[in-house]
Order: sequence, then C-alpha cells, then structure tokens
Amino acid sequence: MALFLTISFSSIATGIHTWLAGTMQNEMLVKITEMAIAGISLLLFLVPLCFFLGYMERKVAAFMQIRLGPNRVGPKGSLQIVADTIKLLLKEGLTPTASDKFLFNLAPMIVVVTSMLVMAPIAFAKDFQIWDLSIGVLYVSSVSSIAVIGILMAGWSSYNKYSLLGAMRSGAQIVSYELSVGLSLISIVILTGSLRMSDIVMSQENGWWIFKGHIPVLISFVIFVIASTAEINRAPFDLAEAEQELTAGFHTEYSGMKFAMFLLAEYINLFVVSAIGATLFLGGWMPFHIGHWEAFNHIMDFIPSSLWFFGKTFAIIFIIMQFRWTFPRLRVDQLLTLEWKYLLPISMVNVLFVTVMAIMGWHF
Amino acid sequence: MSLLGEPELTEEGEFVINIGPQHPSTHGVLHLKVWLDGETIKKIQPHLGYIHRSIEKMSESLSYRNFIYATSRMDYLSAHINNQACALTVEKGLQIEAPPRAQAIRILMAELTRLSSHQLWWGCTGLDLGAVTPFFYAFRERELIMEIMEETCGARLTQNYSVPGGVMYDVHPNFQNRVKDVMKQVKSRFREYEEALTGNVIFEQRTKGVGYLSAEDAISFGCTGPTARASGVSCDIRKWFPYDGYDKLQFDEIIMTGGDSYTRYMVRMEEMKQSVAIIEQLIDNIPEGDFQAKTKMVIKLPKGEFYQRVETARGELGVYIVSDGAASPYRIKYRSPNFSNLSALSHMATGAKIGDLVAIMATIDLVIPDVDR
Amino acid sequence: MTNEEIKTAVSALFPSVTYDETGEFLTLLITPAEIRSVMKALRYNTEFSFDYMFCLTCIDWKTHFMMVYHLLSKTHRHNIVVKAKIADVNKPEIETLCDIWQTANFHEREVYDLFGIRFLNHPDLRRLLLDEGWDGYPLRKNYVDENMISL
Repeated sequence: MALFLTISFSSIATGIHTWLAGTMQNEMLVKITEMAIAGISLLLFLVPLCFFLGYMERKVAAFMQIRLGPNRVGPKGSLQIVADTIKLLLKEGLTPTASDKFLFNLAPMIVVVTSMLVMAPIAFAKDFQIWDLSIGVLYVSSVSSIAVIGILMAGWSSYNKYSLLGAMRSGAQIVSYELSVGLSLISIVILTGSLRMSDIVMSQENGWWIFKGHIPVLISFVIFVIASTAEINRAPFDLAEAEQELTAGFHTEYSGMKFAMFLLAEYINLFVVSAIGATLFLGGWMPFHIGHWEAFNHIMDFIPSSLWFFGKTFAIIFIIMQFRWTFPRLRVDQLLTLEWKYLLPISMVNVLFVTVMAIMGWHF
Repeated sequence: MSLLGEPELTEEGEFVINIGPQHPSTHGVLHLKVWLDGETIKKIQPHLGYIHRSIEKMSESLSYRNFIYATSRMDYLSAHINNQACALTVEKGLQIEAPPRAQAIRILMAELTRLSSHQLWWGCTGLDLGAVTPFFYAFRERELIMEIMEETCGARLTQNYSVPGGVMYDVHPNFQNRVKDVMKQVKSRFREYEEALTGNVIFEQRTKGVGYLSAEDAISFGCTGPTARASGVSCDIRKWFPYDGYDKLQFDEIIMTGGDSYTRYMVRMEEMKQSVAIIEQLIDNIPEGDFQAKTKMVIKLPKGEFYQRVETARGELGVYIVSDGAASPYRIKYRSPNFSNLSALSHMATGAKIGDLVAIMATIDLVIPDVDR
Repeated sequence: MTNEEIKTAVSALFPSVTYDETGEFLTLLITPAEIRSVMKALRYNTEFSFDYMFCLTCIDWKTHFMMVYHLLSKTHRHNIVVKAKIADVNKPEIETLCDIWQTANFHEREVYDLFGIRFLNHPDLRRLLLDEGWDGYPLRKNYVDENMISL
C-alpha cells in the first residue's frame, strides 16, 4: 500500500500524459484534456472531503459537548451529511424580491470558486500537485482575498440589514487579518528564499520549519493559525454570521443549494488554510526527518507522503474546530483590536527576527 | 421598517434594525427596535405584547384555587415560585399559615427551581456570547433537577405544586435521597462551569464593563434580583420580608458592586451555591406533619387588599389581590421582575455595540412571557 | 419610621391627606391634583426617602378609578401605599411620575394600555402590550370583547 501510494501519483500522471500525447498528437488538446481531468478529479476529491469535514465537525462538537452527535443515518451516522446535502438540494432556493438577483446568485459561486482556486498549488503528496507555479505562496494569499468580494456581494445584494451588517463586518475582518496571514507566510518565504510550494516542501527535508526555525517561526505559526481562523470566518471570529447577533449575517437570505455553497466554501476554506499551514510550517508531505539521522529518516519515509500531508492537515483542522466549540465570540471592536494592536505588531517584529535569523544562518 | 421599500433611514442617517420578535438571542418573542450608528446603539425601544395572554384579566373570572395555575405560565422557569407567591397571598387573605412540613417542601422546591433556572441561564449566556458548549453542560445537571420535579409533582416545568394552605401532595418517599444525590453532583460540577466560561479571556472581555447599571438607577428602574444585587442594591425578599420560614435558614444574600454584565454573571454563579446550601440545610430536617392546612372547598377572601412578594430566580415578584368578598379576585396584579428589569435595558445598552446588547440581555436573564403576562 | 410617625410627618406637610390602615400597609388617600407634590415629598424628603416604587397599578371600581402606588424605602425599610382616586370615568387623567421613579415609565404605559388612563406629561405614552389600534381597554370592568367565548 505504502509503495503504491508514494510511487503511483507521479507515475499515473506521467502515464496519462504519455498516453494522451500518443493518441492526440496535438499539444494544445492534450493540455486542455489534462486540465479537465485535473479539475474533475479535484471536484471528485472535494465533495467527499467536505462530507467528511462536516461529519468530523459534528463528531468533534459532540465529543466536546458530552453528547453523541449524528448516529442514525449510515454506520455511526456517517451518512448524515449526505442526507443533509440531499435535503438542501431539494429545498427551494428563494431569491428575495427586492434583492439584486444577478449579484445575489453570483455571490455563492464566487465564494466557492475562489476557495477551490486556492487548492491549485497545494502538494497533496510527493509529486502530486495540480500546478506548481513559481509564485505559489503569493498566488494563495492573493486569490484567497477575492472571497471577501463574494461575501460583500452576498450581503449587499440580499437587501437585508442583518446581511449588510454581517458583510461589512466580514469585509473589515478579512482585510485586516490578511495582513497577519501574509506576514506569517512571509517569514517562511524569507527562510526558504522561494515562493514555489515544492521548493518550500523540499527545504524541510532535514526538518520542518516549525522545529528548525526556533521561536520566531513558532510565533508565526501561532499567528497564522489565529489569523487564518479569522480569515475564514470561523468561531470565535465568526462575526460575519454571528447567529445570536445578526441571525445568520451575510447568508441570512440564502436557502437551499445557494446556502449549501456557502457551507461548502467554508469547509473547503478550512481545509485549504490547514493544508497551507501544514505545507509551510509542518513540511507538507515531507515525512518527519531529523537532520542527518539517515536510518531514522529512512524509516519515516516508509509512511506514505499522502498520509503525512493529510495527518498534518487534519491535526490543524482539529485545532481550529476545537476553537469553535471552546470560545465565546469576540465583539467587533475587540476583533480589530486583536489584529491591529497585537497580532500585526508582533508579526512585524517577528519578520524582522526571521530575517536576521535567515541572514545569519542561525537556523538548522 | 418596510419590508420591500427603501431601508428606513432617519434624518441623521441612523440605521434602524428590528431585533426580534423572532431572533435567536431574545429568548422568546421580545421585539427590540434598535437605532444604530454603525455598530453602536443609539436608542432602543422595546415592543412588547407578542405573548400577552391577559393573565390578569383571566384571573378575575377564576376561583382562588384555579388562578394559581395560570401563573405557572408567566415566568415558566420559576413556575413553582410563582405558584408559591399566589398561594401565600391567598393564605394571607384567609389568615392561615401552611403547616411547617408544607413550608419546608415549598422552600426546597423553590430553591431547586432557582437552581435549575440559573443553570439554564448559565447555558444560554454562553450560547448568546457564541460559546455553544456550556449549554450542554448546563442541561446535564438541569435534567437531574427536572427529574426530581417530575417525580414530586408530575410536571417538569409548570409544576402547579403549591395550593392555598400548603402543597398539593406529599413528596415522593425517594425525594430526600434523590435530592441529596443530585446536590452532590451539582456541587462537583460548579468547578467545571467556572472552567468552561468564567475564566475565559474572551468571555471576560465581552462582559466586563458592559451594560453598567448604577445602584441609584437600579432602584429607580425597580430592578430586582441578581440584576440589582450586582449593582450593590440589597433586595433579596428572602432576607427583607422572609416568608415560608426563610428566616430560620442560614444563607447569604449575594451583593456585589461592579454593576456590569460580568458582576451579574458572578452574582448568579454564587447564588447557585447559596441555593445548594439552603437545600442541604433543609433536606434532612423536613418536619413531620400535614402537608396541607384545612381550607374550605370554595375559598372566599374577605374584602380588602393583599400584597405578597417573593424572590423568584429573576427578582421580586409581587402578587396584589383586591378582593370584594366574592369567590374570585376583583382585581389581580402581578408585579413581575422581568418587566422592571427590561425597562432598564435601554438605559444600559445605549452607546454599546450590538454584541454588547446580546451580553446585557443574557445577563439580565429575561423571560418574555413574564414581561407580557 | 413607624406608621404613626409617617402619618404625623405627612399630615404636617399635607393636611388634606386621609389614611386607611385596614390593610397590610399604611395607605395614603390623596387627590390626583396633589399627587406630584405628595410624591415628590415622599421621594426626596430624607425622613421618608421612598426611593423604590415596587408596584404601580390601577383598580376599576366602576364608579371611579383608583391609582395604587406601592412604595418602599431602601434606607428606612418602611412601606407605604398611596392611592389617588380618579373620579372622572370618561376622561381619566393623572400626572405622570416618570421623572421621580424611572420604573413608572413602563408601568404607566401598561396602565394606559389596559385601563385607558392618560398620564399627563408622560414622555412616551403609547400602548405597551396591545396593538396600536386596539379598541377599548381590556382591564376595565365594562370591557366587552365580542370574540371572547365564556366557558
């Protein structure tokens, strides 16, 4: 199994490429077909992923809240999310009469598409990456910030005061927290000297950055987890959809499939953020290596790279889920205080430390 | 607010939103019209009456035995204490006193009610501030108390256990053991409550300094219960005007002086411990004897006016009966604690943020059916 | 202060006030015209300092309305009831006490809503529990609701 997983991804890709090149002969057509295959397989991957994340969230919540969680549909309630999705699909998708119908219908698409786009440069396993572009980290941080447009659009076009308040909150929040996320990503870019995802992963061959980078990288990692939780609008930073204050915030007026798309985007975002955190700080698919302990490193290599990647990602997801079921919600001014008075100055000073560390070569 | 037209903007460019009557954090059908400047509240206007059932008017045509049952539906979380207040008023009119056993049972049930009400409040406060988890922890213990209620009088929420002259039936033989058992569990869980919410940094930030109410304002607005006691106003009726033998018990009136939401929270947390203390004092000392004094089949109060106040989980409940000598009250007035506490909401929340409004409402612990009656 | 002391102190200020001691509390019977002066004295004179109004209601005695104010002093721990008889059944009016006790605001609105008594100079006299356009005042004894089914 292990060998199959580690070897097969790249060999399957190469195999498909040679086969397509052999049958089609037209290079353009080959490329388009490959893109389509990649897109479809991504979609096929995302749907079960979101089902699983939804199930996991419920079970984690139940675990923390001394109750059982879903336990009726399917074995141990695992098909509950499928049933819920079918329910959402069958529900009537209401569009308020006074809303801006075009924007109202467009908004969930934008939110979902942006969150899917961020998946492109993520390396799921060794040699298994959709698009290893040279500006991977920059691409991730810039594309993910488009999502706020979708949320603002949803809030504005709903023609609902709660939605508008939620959208404005979300706008202020995402724009602010983007800075901290960006700065914490930059500290890794400084150490690696490259924006390319594969370079970042390879630079952690002799140890993950969170161990190699001493305390400054640890600080960046903590800031990254906090700020990205805020950026994806999850509790305790879910002010945009604060149920007790704004009923449901920017998606108050959405129902049925359009509402499901917001839900889908939330889970994809959760996965993407954790995957990026895992890639940059915890070495992505890179197994746990210690310096020059060749024998130990070799043993670690036997665990398939995809398992390493998903293990790390889900560890971060689990932490973010625990946040949600532990903390009360911040107030809007406290949220911005946290960012502008604490996280941003800390991460700025931290970047300075990382730079000094990188120049002096003080890391391992 | 018109549903479809232009959003309602007043001349100064304020933003008006309607919180309720269907809103997750108003705990019922409270409707608040809120004038906003950005996120800051400029003015609040409560609109009441969505669950007005004219209990006072109804009671005018009910007998002195029957009107008590309507009061269970006022403050449904302290239903037993409401019943007790009515029974006491009728007893005052008849110039009788419930037998010692009945009084002890009433106090035990009242304190259990207070405890369960505060537990529900604790869970809902967490929920209102965005922490869902405390809710489940609160309900775990509340359920045990509800089971005692069910065993004792057959109902979990609207007990209807007090009748003029005592209680309706004697307690279940298993009552004492069960209460002692539950108290042991409840006491061991207080630490868990504090770990889950009290010490949380975000929770402290959200509640400290929020919704300040001064002692003068608390008295002037007629605030009672934990809401007023957190502002440093002594107002526990159990101490001021003891009834049903509260004067024979050892317990403290919790008074704190912070006046903000956090202090109101702390007062209730301490009150839970006091309730447990009262129950533990009394549970082994329930006097033997009758559980009900002899009353006539049809109760007729003499001509006159009778006023009785009790301390519910939310404050002072006053029952004012005006009798013209007939078999049903001529006029009945319930001075409900929530009604007065709600009137201070606008004063407390003006200038705060929307998130604060939710925190303030949670710590006043409003029960809307009691406001509307 | 005992009831007797209150009586002497009030009589010194307002000789026209009469008393009723049949009930639980000492009751002061006054006319609507003097309500503000009496209430102000009861609230602000340090010998009385009735700072807490714990109940405000009205009784419809068919021939007249009786406003009932229950007062308590947090400092002296004495209770008192003040009753003002409104003789005009067709156009009942009385001065508001909103500025003396803030709790009177909501309670007076409730009385206005259910008894139809107009509180003069009340800052926000609107119906509280019933709809704006409700016909009649339900707690009056002569109120008839044609939708009401008597059992």
